[in-house]
Amino acid sequence: MSALYLHIPFCLSKCPYCDFYSRIPQSGDIERYVDALCLDLERSRAHYLGGKFSSVFFGGGTPSLLNAHQVARLLKVAERCYGFEREVEITLEANPGTLTAQQLSGFRQAGVNRLSLGVQSLDDKQLAWLGRRHSSQQAIAAVEMARCAGFDRLSLDLMFALPLQSLADLKAQCQRIRQLSPEHLSIYGLTVESGTPFAAQQQAGLWQLPDEEAYRDAYLYLHEQLTSSAYEHYEISNFAQSQQRCRHNYSYWQRQPYLGVGAGAHSFFANRYGERWACTDSVDAYYSAIDGQESPRWRIETFTKPQAMAEAVYLALRCKDGLDVQRFEKRYAMNFVQHFSGALKRCGAHVTLRDGRCSLDVEGWLLFNYLIEDFL
Amino acid sequence: MNQKNIRNFSIIAHIDHGKSTLADRLLEETGTLTDREKADQFLDKMDIERERGITIKAQAVCLNYKADNGEDYTLNLIDTPGHVDFTYEVSRSLTACEGALLVVDASQGVEAQTLANVYLALDEDLEIFPVLNKVDLPGAEPERVKEEIEEIIGLDTSDAIVASAKEGIGIHDILERIVERVPPPQGDPSAPLKALIFDSWYDSYQGVVVMIRIVDGELKKGDKIELMASKGTYEVLKVGVFSPEATPCDALRAGDVGFMIAGIKVVQDAKVGDTITHLHRRADQALPGFKEVKPMVFSGLYPIDTSEYEMLRDALEKLQLNDAAISYEPENSMALGFGFRCGFLGLLHMEIIQERLEREFNIDLITTAPTVVYNVTTVKNELLRVDSANKLPEVQYIDKIEEPFILASIHVPNEFVGSILALCEEKRGVQREIKYLTESRVMIVYELPLNEIVMDFYDRLKSISRGYASLDYEHLDYRPSKLVRMNVMINGEVVDALSLIVHQDKAQLRGRDLVSKMKEFIPRQQYVVAIQAAIGGKIIARETVKALRKDVTAKCYGGDISRKRKLLEKQKAGKKRMKQIGSVELPQEAFLAILKVKE
Repeated sequence: MSALYLHIPFCLSKCPYCDFYSRIPQSGDIERYVDALCLDLERSRAHYLGGKFSSVFFGGGTPSLLNAHQVARLLKVAERCYGFEREVEITLEANPGTLTAQQLSGFRQAGVNRLSLGVQSLDDKQLAWLGRRHSSQQAIAAVEMARCAGFDRLSLDLMFALPLQSLADLKAQCQRIRQLSPEHLSIYGLTVESGTPFAAQQQAGLWQLPDEEAYRDAYLYLHEQLTSSAYEHYEISNFAQSQQRCRHNYSYWQRQPYLGVGAGAHSFFANRYGERWACTDSVDAYYSAIDGQESPRWRIETFTKPQAMAEAVYLALRCKDGLDVQRFEKRYAMNFVQHFSGALKRCGAHVTLRDGRCSLDVEGWLLFNYLIEDFL
Repeated sequence: MNQKNIRNFSIIAHIDHGKSTLADRLLEETGTLTDREKADQFLDKMDIERERGITIKAQAVCLNYKADNGEDYTLNLIDTPGHVDFTYEVSRSLTACEGALLVVDASQGVEAQTLANVYLALDEDLEIFPVLNKVDLPGAEPERVKEEIEEIIGLDTSDAIVASAKEGIGIHDILERIVERVPPPQGDPSAPLKALIFDSWYDSYQGVVVMIRIVDGELKKGDKIELMASKGTYEVLKVGVFSPEATPCDALRAGDVGFMIAGIKVVQDAKVGDTITHLHRRADQALPGFKEVKPMVFSGLYPIDTSEYEMLRDALEKLQLNDAAISYEPENSMALGFGFRCGFLGLLHMEIIQERLEREFNIDLITTAPTVVYNVTTVKNELLRVDSANKLPEVQYIDKIEEPFILASIHVPNEFVGSILALCEEKRGVQREIKYLTESRVMIVYELPLNEIVMDFYDRLKSISRGYASLDYEHLDYRPSKLVRMNVMINGEVVDALSLIVHQDKAQLRGRDLVSKMKEFIPRQQYVVAIQAAIGGKIIARETVKALRKDVTAKCYGGDISRKRKLLEKQKAGKKRMKQIGSVELPQEAFLAILKVKE
């Protein structure tokens, strides 16, 4: 397994909760950026030894600001330089507000076979509060257009734990989800990141995040509703219909190698205990590195054995499948249960060791940061 | 050296006001150090020693100076520690001098810390003259600071020296002023020997090194001596001066300041303030002012990691070599395991020792709330000295309890008088006197239970007066008092390390304060944590730390993995120093919650 991440740091406007770097594209900006990505892909060949890609992910930002031609070009370069596995999963993140049917079929024809729609909510009141440019109607229309364009793998991004979001609201959204029946769902509790407009509003007391109990209620309700309607809750924030897990993200959690190209993109090289690299996160600095024949990437972390072990557990326990104990013990030449006895004890009834796998239950996920501390 | 050409002086200064740089310049100017390089080396060496805590108190240097009048002088610079816990040591160092430089930062002005030492120096009738340091700095306001010195301390500043130790400005003036203004020592070189011990430390090669000021008589190598308070007799192996390296000499005579090595094994045998005399020609009277320094404040020290008990014992043993004032004995706690009950001079002394144990010996500690020593008379008429709440017998066996009182003198600008009086009353004080020292400075004298002082009195005093109050105290007596043991329960279990002795009338308030402060310190955990304070079987206060219900990072993808994992690692590092009590994790601070200032 080996994955490619292409970061598209352009947005038409900035969402008030988002703390990612992005900028509004100027004319010619995107074409120039795609040129740089192509060069980066070519040049990284010498450094990236992960093998053929089994997944490609266009993330952002707003990757749907690319046109089909640009997407096709990037995929062609990537395939030529690294090769694609036969059943390669190619995902593109798209914003429902600006999509056209034509664009969607273009993406599909370019080779994109999975679409991730940044729906965020199916409730207009909440969409407005989140500062999104689209309405719930547009979101639903985007789903239909995607289906027409031939996308049989759809994922929706949704948010919960929003101020004023009642259980009744969630119930209505679950109903809509069932109607739309996307193959995959990523559902995040809203996190207020420092430095965002939301952080300022919250500090000014304009609104309050739901308290812990409300968060729990919403999370457990979603878990209940979705697992009883053909979804598997396979990671803390992700749900999938049978065989529809996101292979790309799953490879992150398995510590498989990935190459990230584009401003701000991270890479993971699996040599020894692993190295994580990052590209400079400003578009201009990225350009000047590429133009100057320099690598835009630098190493941010070289893992030691204990660090690699800690991260492997940290990532695996976020997933329903949990940790493959035997594989872990073989990889790190140690006894898992013995080594983490204190940490496992702290997890109490939330942890299960069964069929050679160690995993947390949903309640355990709710306390994930607290419980995982002892494994680090 | 002829007595009339000796000058013994010290430097009184706030911590950052440039004392060590000034000392350095005085050494250079007098040629005690020949060049810059050597001076730097000298100071570096001192720093390392200070860091390692070996000769943390070695501070008397002998300077040879040819004055403008053509005569040669010996100037002895005696340094002093500076805090209320060490008042006695400071007073002994000052007794060894006839004069003091008051060094004040020309941009900062007079700081509270300086005051207590100035008053001590005035008590010893020292000639004090002000030096305004750091006048080269852009923010320097020598005129304003002069006014402040006149107003707050009442010292004439018309001829204050303006200096910059860093730039070497005013150094010559200071030396001349010392010669002019500091009176020469008055002692009879032919009288029976009287030498004052003002400092001592342990050196692993030579045993105890004793710093002395010869008041009368003469001390030579080979002399048989007696220490008048501790009654020890020794033969002098070496005498000499630091200039700045240890330089042996034939004899020290009346007026001289120097060191003596006499095969003394432990610092406890060479107590500060003791008088040295000759075994066969004794002085009829020891020098006045000797006090047996006794630990006044006790607390339990426990290693968080129970396997570090031996390490802690070795560390305490090492610290005691150089610190006559600490005591320790093994103690056992149900909650914390094996540790030591340690005695200190005061709260700061306790903090210093605790910090040194953590920093120099790398032992993570739990320190329990400090207590004083109570005299308990049982119904069978036995007298017990109780230095820990857990040693207090059950109520039915107690006939009476007495607690130590102190006489506290608080110097404070008059605008704070009201709130300081309120504080003293709150702390069960009995007012003795309120005196206006100047128009704006007031001395408040109170009899106070020491038990209240070791809690949060000093911190409260400082915060109320914005740092301007200075506190000095002496021990008075023991007085009967209505005291009770307050237990703290965590999830229903008494945690012995948290028990306290409190005044009955204050118990309710203290209990409520304590549990609410503990609530702030105990992080939320997987299960509810109940904190209760109880007297006898009666619960007097209760707080609950709610269970953690949600703590999860929703998103974790490629770019975020490192960042989010590192955040958790950092969070974990912060929680590392916690003690597991049953199923509850208590942080270090929870054990000292009682000390935290109420805002």
